[in-house]
Amino acid sequence: MMHKILPHPYLTLLLIVVWQMLVNKVTPGNLLLGTILGVLIPLVTAPYWPNTPRLRSIPRIVEYVLIVLWDICVANVQVAMIILFKANANTRPAWVTIPLELKTPEAITVLAGTITMTPGTVSSDLSADGRSLLVHCLDAPDPEAVRDQIKARYERRLMEIFE
Amino acid sequence: MVVEILISACLVISGIFGLVGSIGLIKLPDPMMRLHAPTKATTLGVGGALVASMLYFEFVVGRFSFHELMITLFLFLTAPITGHFIAKTHLHLGHKPEDLPPTGSDRPWASYESDEARAAVETPESAASEAARKG
Repeated sequence: MMHKILPHPYLTLLLIVVWQMLVNKVTPGNLLLGTILGVLIPLVTAPYWPNTPRLRSIPRIVEYVLIVLWDICVANVQVAMIILFKANANTRPAWVTIPLELKTPEAITVLAGTITMTPGTVSSDLSADGRSLLVHCLDAPDPEAVRDQIKARYERRLMEIFE
Repeated sequence: MVVEILISACLVISGIFGLVGSIGLIKLPDPMMRLHAPTKATTLGVGGALVASMLYFEFVVGRFSFHELMITLFLFLTAPITGHFIAKTHLHLGHKPEDLPPTGSDRPWASYESDEARAAVETPESAASEAARKG
């Protein structure tokens, strides 16, 4: 019953917050309008997104977001150094295959997005069966270390959140 | 005074990373490497300007403003998708499947699998069993 009215409760919550941000003011009227949109939009779009992903624990999501933000700052500086001070002949671009243990499409999407947002790595393709991810590294003298770091730092945490 | 220094620092950081991202676009030799440069401009470059804007409205204008967070949200949603599309286009146009590392399974990278090969593997029965496996 609850599932019929709110097929994606987190999406509903997100839409309410996004509506407050759009108006840039929190008033009862905005909250009401946000709630109406937050209930209607998931209902209308539910056929395109049939399975509700289960999120295990909110503190772990917060932890993940903070770690990713920190990594973005660190990696930004590293890549800026590569661009400014390293000769093109010395940079070692590399393709890396990351075998995925994640099965949920939503979790794989978050992992691919994280890899792209942290500078120095871009997720470029998914294998046809969805079990490995193709990542391009700007400067990776040791591609295996990059793979292990992504698996240990991001994928393990996403496993705990999504599966 | 302290806030003004903070705001200026954020703006300078944002400017520096935007500049470095643009320098990277000129300097780096091939399209896949150039793709790395704009990810910096969107993360710390835009992020710095947004933090500066929030600080300015909070402490100088005295009005709480948080729709900057939504720009961050939209950037984090759209930047990986455009990056992924550019990379896939580049794979189609300029790369051969042999140049890439193996997928580790008997199926190729999604960019190189023809519709016929996909249809042959993903018959309705196997799609059903796949769905059952994923729960």
